[in-house]
Amino acid sequence: MSNDKRSIVTSDSWSKLRQYTPARIALGHSGTSLPTKPHLEFQLAHAQARDAVHHALDIPALDESFRSRGHATIVLGSRADSRPTYLQRPDMGRRLNDDSIKRLKSMPAPETPYDVVFVIGDGLSALAIEENAAKFLDVMLPALAGSDWRVAPLCIVKEARVAIGDEVAETLGAKMVVVLIGERPGLSSPDSMGIYMTLNPRTGLTDESRNCISNVRPAGLSYEHAAHKLSYLMTEARRRGLSGVNLKDEAEALPRVNTGSAENFLIES
Amino acid sequence: MRYSHDVGGNRYTFDSLKDLLAKASPARSGDYLAGVAAGHDEERVAAQMVLADTPLSTFLSDAVVPYESDEVTRLIIDGHDAQAFAPVAHLTVGGFRDWLLSDAANEATLKALAPGLTPEMAAAVSKICRVQDLILIAQKCRVVTKFRNTIGLKKRLSTRLQPNHPTDDPTGIAASVVDGLMYGSGDAVIGINPATDSIAAVTTLVEMLDEIIRRYDIPTQSCVLTHVTTSIEAINRGAPLDLVFQSIAGTEAANSSFGVNLAVLQEGRDAALGLQRGTVGENVMYFETGQGSALSANAHHGVDQQTLEARAYAVARKFEPLLVNTVVGFIGPEYLFDGRQIVRAGLEDHFCGKLLGVPMGCDICYTNHAEADQNDMDVLLTLLAAAGVSFIMGIPGSDDIMLNYQTTSFHDALYARKVLGLQPAPEFESWLKETGIFEADEEIRLAESLPKPFRHALEHLH
Repeated sequence: MSNDKRSIVTSDSWSKLRQYTPARIALGHSGTSLPTKPHLEFQLAHAQARDAVHHALDIPALDESFRSRGHATIVLGSRADSRPTYLQRPDMGRRLNDDSIKRLKSMPAPETPYDVVFVIGDGLSALAIEENAAKFLDVMLPALAGSDWRVAPLCIVKEARVAIGDEVAETLGAKMVVVLIGERPGLSSPDSMGIYMTLNPRTGLTDESRNCISNVRPAGLSYEHAAHKLSYLMTEARRRGLSGVNLKDEAEALPRVNTGSAENFLIES
Repeated sequence: MRYSHDVGGNRYTFDSLKDLLAKASPARSGDYLAGVAAGHDEERVAAQMVLADTPLSTFLSDAVVPYESDEVTRLIIDGHDAQAFAPVAHLTVGGFRDWLLSDAANEATLKALAPGLTPEMAAAVSKICRVQDLILIAQKCRVVTKFRNTIGLKKRLSTRLQPNHPTDDPTGIAASVVDGLMYGSGDAVIGINPATDSIAAVTTLVEMLDEIIRRYDIPTQSCVLTHVTTSIEAINRGAPLDLVFQSIAGTEAANSSFGVNLAVLQEGRDAALGLQRGTVGENVMYFETGQGSALSANAHHGVDQQTLEARAYAVARKFEPLLVNTVVGFIGPEYLFDGRQIVRAGLEDHFCGKLLGVPMGCDICYTNHAEADQNDMDVLLTLLAAAGVSFIMGIPGSDDIMLNYQTTSFHDALYARKVLGLQPAPEFESWLKETGIFEADEEIRLAESLPKPFRHALEHLH
């Protein structure tokens, strides 16, 4: 049986490279095609990612996890009132519903305007927010507490797109917005969180005004790395008075956490 | 100008040329989102009938996006070649479809015609074409481009090796590069989407790819898909950069949302040309596009997404790119809802690109929030390969672990090559056979053992 199998499916002799990447390398081949086992593993991963897209954010649990850490929170919603609407109407996901606007406006204004508001939105993966948002802020917020950032209450927004952060910040009168949002789930990463920073946010801004840090999750960009990059971007944005494509991410790299013995085996002698 | 048509006892009126184009467009979610689509099927066909009777020359006098406020329109109108247009200048859109299907349209006449076509003409005729027309006509077009090899020749299908890694880890990227090369991928470009846009990180990756290509003497080119201004900065700092990348769209406002304009693109091209790194040609730009990008930036001017996509190719062709890639299913279900819409859009984009003289490839892809799966991608891959697509993506196991979407795998490219008798770019094909990756047959067959230079590289790993 196993002999037969070997003769039909050819395995790849570079399979030891798998330890260096989560990519689906060295899958082998039948003829030149994908063998049955990796084919069905892919089908399973796709099914799981599809399920993640339709998973609803557990707002009470998230709210509680922030409050238990001593953070003030506000729960808001976009104009998309359901997941199917959210998926087909990004315009609705970019705007707050009337009730949310009212609630933000009724908040007591701070003595001096907020320097930054953190907006936490489900995006395309509520799972990413449930797994990463609180843990990332555990690293990020203490770093800000040491300097002179006036941070607004955390705003949790359901059925949210990135641009909804602009309206939240504008309504609160905050000078900067940082949006934590679930990125669309990949097959190997149903839990990937994106971070978008915008200076002087207002409704109607487009992507060139934002700086993005993507793939924040334990198996991707670490919380420490992401917080380091974000601190740099926030500081530079405030100092230079701009964000987006004109503000390059020159954050000094943290010492690399090496994954293996070889830095790059292809170009070592 | 107003257009109207009576059909089935109903009178349909269309307020303007852009209204007519939008209503004639085959149904897709992005046009509904923009509020420009036909209300029902009969209205759509009525629009197609009116469009078929519209003279091609109308598109030269009636701009869908105002000339005064949009530099892409100015590029299209000011750059139009009336002499090249002459052979079809008397035709309507419907007559043009017939001409394209006839023997009058062949490789030579279509090549000569391309500078005489505007993107709106190409978009218009695509809207009244069935899938088989989009394939047959595109298959007659040949757009050949060169840098270190030759892309777009007949019976060739090239691939971009896309070794993305979520943290840009050099060893992780190198592992995917080996996997791709051993499956015969990478002749269009070895192109990385970096996880972040920093000049230091981009330069590291550019240097690494340059060293791999030189060390193994691979007749291909590299690209790190970062913003054009970052590439210019990297070049200024001495990075060995082959191709300058940029996402582009079909309106000035949409390009502005990407932080670019025609002048910046020209700067990018000039910077890359100055390095003189190509060995067989000087096509130094790599562009990506996709239906829906203008609408997503709220920069669509009430024009349908397929017409705007074709306008992006007018931007592309000005800069004589090596590669133009429509990333068809990446944008999501709010623009292309399901497999059916993605398949149609991919074929339209390839058709319009080739008619306009652009080296068109396709990222045959979908996201996990679209109603699509691997079967839909197999359909589009097979149809595009039959249509003569210049290149497709190649990624380990179809799974992009950085961008979180699914595109064609190394295996998929070999399937298409096998079924349709296609080979990689000639220089790359020779390298694959000389290196011992492909067997030296007519048929595509992978060699049994790891070629010597790569065996050596892997020897000290455990």
